[in-house]
Amino acid sequence: MESGLEQKYNFDVVRWFTVMAAVYLVVGASVGVYIASELAWPFLNFDSPYISFGRLRPLHTNAVIFAFGGCTLMGTAFYTVQRTCGVRLWSEKLAWFVFWGWNAVILLAVITLPLGLTESKEYAELEWPVDILIAVVWLSFTFNFIMTLATRKSSHIYVSNWFFLGMMVMIVYLHVVNSLAIPVGLFKSYSLFSGVQDAMIQWWWGHNAVGFYLTAGFLGIMYYFVPKQAGRPIYSYRLSVIHFWALMFGYVWLGAHHLQYTALPDWTGSLGAAVSIAMIIPSWGGAVNGMMTLSGAWDRLRTDYVLRFLIMALAFYAMSTFEGPVMALKTVNALSHYTDWTIGHVHSGALGWVAGISIGAIYHLIPRLFHTTMFSERLVNFHFWTATIGTVIYIVAMWVSGIMQGLMWRAYDEYGTLAYTFGESVDAMHPYYAMRAVGGAIFLTGAIVMLFNVLMTIRRSAVLGSLTKARTLPAAA
Amino acid sequence: MAEQKVKAKSFQEWMEINIWGLLFFLAIALSVGGLVEIVPLFFMKNTMEHNQYPEIVWSKAGVEPIVAVDEAGKQVWNWAAGDGVRPYTALELAGRDIYQREGCYLCHSQMVRPFRDEKERYGHYSLASESMFDHPMQWGSKRTGPDLARVGGKYSDEWHREHLRRPQNLVPESVMPAYVWLDNNPVDPDKSLVVFGWTLWPAPTGSRMQRHMAGLRVVGVPYSDADIAAAPQLVDGKTEMDALVSYLQVLGTMAKLDDAKAYRE
Repeated sequence: MESGLEQKYNFDVVRWFTVMAAVYLVVGASVGVYIASELAWPFLNFDSPYISFGRLRPLHTNAVIFAFGGCTLMGTAFYTVQRTCGVRLWSEKLAWFVFWGWNAVILLAVITLPLGLTESKEYAELEWPVDILIAVVWLSFTFNFIMTLATRKSSHIYVSNWFFLGMMVMIVYLHVVNSLAIPVGLFKSYSLFSGVQDAMIQWWWGHNAVGFYLTAGFLGIMYYFVPKQAGRPIYSYRLSVIHFWALMFGYVWLGAHHLQYTALPDWTGSLGAAVSIAMIIPSWGGAVNGMMTLSGAWDRLRTDYVLRFLIMALAFYAMSTFEGPVMALKTVNALSHYTDWTIGHVHSGALGWVAGISIGAIYHLIPRLFHTTMFSERLVNFHFWTATIGTVIYIVAMWVSGIMQGLMWRAYDEYGTLAYTFGESVDAMHPYYAMRAVGGAIFLTGAIVMLFNVLMTIRRSAVLGSLTKARTLPAAA
Repeated sequence: MAEQKVKAKSFQEWMEINIWGLLFFLAIALSVGGLVEIVPLFFMKNTMEHNQYPEIVWSKAGVEPIVAVDEAGKQVWNWAAGDGVRPYTALELAGRDIYQREGCYLCHSQMVRPFRDEKERYGHYSLASESMFDHPMQWGSKRTGPDLARVGGKYSDEWHREHLRRPQNLVPESVMPAYVWLDNNPVDPDKSLVVFGWTLWPAPTGSRMQRHMAGLRVVGVPYSDADIAAAPQLVDGKTEMDALVSYLQVLGTMAKLDDAKAYRE
């Protein structure tokens, strides 16, 4: 990193978020491997309420999305906005409030969810007092980000920041509306909405959490870290403008595809499916723009392991944003809904795209933030292969089990009666539940190796005094 | 602000140099989809089937109590299965609270789809009106276990108890956890937040289920005063197992659905 940047920018908060992201990936993936194992070997519930599947699953989703994903987004957003605007974060205090506040939310999740204190709304399980804290912290994050943009030295706002902004604004809408509830106790509330209206609102939240938090936010990360790591400009400005606005406007409509053939009205489901298919184009626009940035420099992938993560992530992104719209079609959904195929799709996006981009960004950031080289390049490559292989095993297991379940449930025998009991379909799932747990465990191994590599790099930096030295250099212009 | 004054050559460029403009148009672009898909569901009459088929909803909700307890301690029901969709009784609501707490919705859906195989396996497809009092809805998104929308009355109370205590005793291939603690926990009207013997939060005064029902009434569930008054007696001496079983046994039994009628498009 060029000299003097430590004086010019606030990288302390970025450092803390980045390290916590590496920690939370291990935490979140560990809970994931455990609950996957509970489905394969139910004795692992050990007759305990606190670690039963039903109470741990929300802890897994909250840990990977909000703890891991959140720290990644916040760290990279604060880093990207400063570097692309040429100014320090607008408020030091607010940035630290966001760090500690967000980690307080995570701690509250770890305590309340195993206790069964839940609103029972997917990806929005945390009860009303925590919802209020989330709103305050998120608004502080957004406000600090916006004010940094408002006080920027650069003339134009770089594309990454449009994506981060879109995410921040949408999450404010989503969180406020989806969390509307009447409290009836310190950690118990009932949602304002019920039945079909609540279903549509919950999946407007659920899908847009994926579309904005997990997609737009991480596209923001991609748009900074891919060109930076590759040392080349983004392939097409025009493409970025078009696909940005198409995603911002279009993604919002997709929620209804989670409710095909349910008591949601037919017209809403049709709208959701149609716009879902349309979204393949702007999503692939993003994947193309990122990948083609390597045009003329593909050989870099032979030696640059960080770039491997980023480009592989884009490949999974393209795949998942094709699979998703296909699953949104009513005919396909009639087979896939309620099956493991949905879980497979989620993890192809989550492990392949979201984690891939995050890990690439973390490996890009750590050496620069600690002013030294990565402790082990070979371990970065090892991580790349465990992440990729683990992900593929996971999703293949779920594709097979999901489609098998869907077909078994609708199978008729020659007498015109249902061919399988539900129990028989559960029995058939066992080998795939085991395979999925193995895939997840391989992925987790990679995450543990990353945390080790990060901590060893920090240790090296402490021994060399590289961060202290960097802090003493005069500020860059 | 930007050091040089840049003249925007396009609307896009104007937004790229004007953060407030970018924010404004983002806010507009982001709100359209939600407004189009959500708002009409509150106003379009054919969203809820009971607008065309009023018989599927119990007409006396909020007027008469669903069930009352007389001086002799006997339960007097004003509603019978098939009379129509109604709010949950205090015991059923306590059971639903447990269903939420244990995350049952994560493995079990409550939404039968209009397919031939689902009709055979589960029964009539679910209507929107049937979950109108569910705050939040429990439609679910996964069937690790079977759909429960119409499980009411299909198995005996004793089957449910045995199954919840240790599912594998009745369904050997089941991957469901054993809910052994339900028999030991009372549905207390008052409950402190106790964890490993430490009282983290003292019990509030008054009946918990009454507070829950009053809260639901605020968001539109038509409980009568008598329903709320009867709550403590209905849950007195009951365990969480009793509550959860009573909730499961009512699912799908509220409306009497006629195969000849086309409730949905």
